[in-house]
Amino acid sequence: MTTAESAGTQESTVDTLVSIQDLKVHFPIKRGVVLDRTVGYVYAVDGVTLEVKRGETYGLVGESGCGKTTLGRGLLRLVEPTSGHAWFEDVDLATLKGERLRKMRRRMQMVFQDPLSSLDPRQSVESILVEGMRAHDLDKSKESTRRRLLELLDAVGLPSTSLRKYPHEFSGGQRQRIGIARALTVEPDLIVADEPVSALDVSVQAQVINLLEDLQNEFGLTYLVIAHDLAVVRHISDRVGVMYLGGLVEEATSDALYAEPLHPYTRALLSAVPVPDPEVEDARERILLAGDLPSPANPPTGCRFHTRCPWKQEELCDTDRPELREFRPGHRVACHYAEDILAGRIQPHEVRAELVEEHGISPDMPLVGPASVTEVLE
Amino acid sequence: MTTIMPKRRKDKVDELAKAAGTSLTAQAFKRMRRSPVAITGAVIVALFLLMAIFAPLLTPKDPYFRYPELFTIKTPNFIPGSMPGFLFGSDEFGRDFFSRVLVASQQTLLVGVLATLIGLSIGMVIGGLAGAFGGWVDTVLMRLVDVMLSVPSLLLAISIAALAAQPSQWTVIIAVSIVTVPIFARLLRGAMLAQRSSDHVLAATAVGIRRRTIVLRHMLPNSMGPVLVQATLTLATAILEAAALSFLGLGDPDTDRAEWGLMLANAQRYLEVRPELAFYPAIAIIIVALGFTLLGESMREALDPKNRR
Amino acid sequence: MALLEVRDLSVVFQRKGEKPFTAVDGVSFDVDPGQTVGLVGESGCGKSVTSLAIMGLLPRRGNRVGGTATFEGTNLLSLSDNQMRERRGRDLGMVFQDPLSSLNPVISIGLQVTEVLQRHRGMKGDAAKRKAAELLDKVGIPDPTRRLSEYPHQLSGGMRQRALIAIALACAPRLLIADEPTTALDVTIQAQILSLLKELVTDTGTALVMITHDLGVVAGLCDEVNVLYGGKIVERAERHALFNHARHPYTHGLLGSIPRLDAPKGEKLVPIKGSVSDNIPWDNGCAFAPRCPNAIDDCRQTMPVLETDGPGQLRCHNPVELADAVREGAR
Repeated sequence: MTTAESAGTQESTVDTLVSIQDLKVHFPIKRGVVLDRTVGYVYAVDGVTLEVKRGETYGLVGESGCGKTTLGRGLLRLVEPTSGHAWFEDVDLATLKGERLRKMRRRMQMVFQDPLSSLDPRQSVESILVEGMRAHDLDKSKESTRRRLLELLDAVGLPSTSLRKYPHEFSGGQRQRIGIARALTVEPDLIVADEPVSALDVSVQAQVINLLEDLQNEFGLTYLVIAHDLAVVRHISDRVGVMYLGGLVEEATSDALYAEPLHPYTRALLSAVPVPDPEVEDARERILLAGDLPSPANPPTGCRFHTRCPWKQEELCDTDRPELREFRPGHRVACHYAEDILAGRIQPHEVRAELVEEHGISPDMPLVGPASVTEVLE
Repeated sequence: MTTIMPKRRKDKVDELAKAAGTSLTAQAFKRMRRSPVAITGAVIVALFLLMAIFAPLLTPKDPYFRYPELFTIKTPNFIPGSMPGFLFGSDEFGRDFFSRVLVASQQTLLVGVLATLIGLSIGMVIGGLAGAFGGWVDTVLMRLVDVMLSVPSLLLAISIAALAAQPSQWTVIIAVSIVTVPIFARLLRGAMLAQRSSDHVLAATAVGIRRRTIVLRHMLPNSMGPVLVQATLTLATAILEAAALSFLGLGDPDTDRAEWGLMLANAQRYLEVRPELAFYPAIAIIIVALGFTLLGESMREALDPKNRR
Repeated sequence: MALLEVRDLSVVFQRKGEKPFTAVDGVSFDVDPGQTVGLVGESGCGKSVTSLAIMGLLPRRGNRVGGTATFEGTNLLSLSDNQMRERRGRDLGMVFQDPLSSLNPVISIGLQVTEVLQRHRGMKGDAAKRKAAELLDKVGIPDPTRRLSEYPHQLSGGMRQRALIAIALACAPRLLIADEPTTALDVTIQAQILSLLKELVTDTGTALVMITHDLGVVAGLCDEVNVLYGGKIVERAERHALFNHARHPYTHGLLGSIPRLDAPKGEKLVPIKGSVSDNIPWDNGCAFAPRCPNAIDDCRQTMPVLETDGPGQLRCHNPVELADAVREGAR
């Protein structure tokens, strides 16, 4: 045991399980017929620093293209990080190789969005579940393995007859239960759940959310939940990180984030989530963002959000990329003007939408005509 | 009475299958059993296989013996047709033509199956390696395959056959198999690459399954569907191509050997005298090729994920 | 008289060698001018099939459509394909979930808009082009004149959906049917599109039929809400009434299943048990009975009918008690 580790465990009762430091994942854009030439990069994850404490649920929220999925996969080394570190206890996952990485995978598992496509269609449930145990030498005897499988099925709420069936014979919610059971077979510490409920019907979503919560209590799991649905993330998470275009823009406990969002993007996101309550819907102030998400292959200079930000100022915003700084204990934000916005010293203004090209990006395109304006609906 | 037992047993089997869950392969098989096309193809192929296996027992006469009663009445301008004891009459050497057509099925099957198997094995190794490793392995192997593809198949076969010092049926087999290699290599590689980026392979990686196990247990079995379909279809084309090569005189020069393509080649000299000499082998080739094609196409349909319910 | 009167609409799919499947089963509802009516339910409840049947967009083979859909005195279901094509685009507009596959990938956005203008309003050349640019501008597409010459793949998802709405609006239809128009979009873009639709209804008096699985979307947009389950309407109510005191156990269950952004932390969700595959046929019982916490013997024996229940309508033998509904609705 290293000194650092023993010191860490003595110091605090809530220790850190995962610590991501300035992680970057850049995907090269390649062109060329015979020899591929790299013509640019997609800055999917561009410098994220965060910590996940043992036993907590950390929610990562953001819209498509913000890099949340890549961050999760980069952490688990399912994609190769370009630079940075991802510490799992005292092991830097970002530099781990070969057999040591494979062995390490036992401790960190993943639950996927699409439960059908993430299960091998040709394998029975039993063989899907046994496989992971076998890979990590956990199937000691036929008898104990079988007992373990039945326990797991019971834990995720599937009948024991499921073992000999195939993934296509189950409903969406049941398949997701199989996916969760598979993650549990190897007794992991961390589960990264990437959009675990977004492919499911509403009534089934709640079943799976409750199941995830129950399992966390039962097995002492740590979750990194990645989702686009802020309501789901807020419900399930202790702390929430909001991502925009490859970077973390705000991080707080889920209550603080809802009660007092500091970053303009978080505010817009919160105001955009529909609430199933007409009174709330009629009364709420809605911050409508202009235009679309800029391309991650050509992110804006300075603050990534300045092209759409209703609080954008003349200075700093389009030149300096704001650091994710501690605004108050446990609440971090990446905005130059967070204090002024909170105090109301800066008022939102109208934003003209910038054109966002799906292909071929030119930074100096003419900006004509307003898109939807930033408006405050009573 | 007799129909009741099998039916009840079938129900029992279905019931057991339900409890055990039905794999996709079992489902595909079930769909094939309901398809008239598949059944037609299967029946043709089965008859052909039976014919080849039991040919020595089925032939009424010795296919290699020049019967004096035929040989003596045969002239350059007259080859005797159907007569008592000789259903299809005589061939150009006074042998029993019916027996020869039957026996020829053995050669055709041997050439077709061997050529396909060899092509399949080599193609699967190349495609499997390219698909499993990707990167430069993939690039090198696939450029190699591109080179093979760029030569017209029959031309390639002809040159291989012509290069062989001693033409024999093996030249035909090797020529035809080499032509099929690129097809299998590309097909398997494409399917494997698609599997590589699939969610369930990612999931297996995330669980910590060894790379080798992922390739052999997840990527390969899920890529085999189209390859098996292609193999069945290739059996048909291999038979046709082997016949074509024999027809062109690139096969075994032994005149005793009975082979439909060779028979077709030899028959062209007597086309005006006795067209049946060309007709029967031609029909046999067409029906066999059709049988394999029907089977292959219905397999493709049964394995199509769009038909899964 | 209502603008659109749907009466006893049913759609039965019949595939060769398979049992017929009733996707829509006796659905009736009205839409008044300027009104927004929601059809809500989970996958397989028949909401999309309902809209496709009204628009005459179901494949001609393999299904049987029954009932009537009367639009300004004409039964749309009795029209020929040609007559229906004339109606679509002119009187009836439709917006789909996936804007990319509903736009023609090889024709420019401009041409796709002007085509509709030419066809239904006889506009030509520059006039049509000007009108098209005006429409794109109206739905909030920046730099509309330039966009006219671009192709669908060059636009983002949100912009494509706007383009699709522009096409649907080209002839100022009196009825717009939107089938999950924001499901494929991000929340901030969804907010833009929803506010656009809302604006259109208020400004032009177009009636809107909103089909969605998202109760949050309905809460902010619809005047009247129809909840579908297993091909039938199980509850119909004005939106405040529906959300404040849902009477049908299914509606009630749905509301309990959704994590609410504004709910206090730590509150457990109350899911509906089972899944749609547990449904029993409507013939002699309630399809929802196997999943219903309120199910009584009656629910498995006789089919409940849609009955007037206060201001709304309800199809249930044992609804959630009004007192309970109010209390839980106001949590």
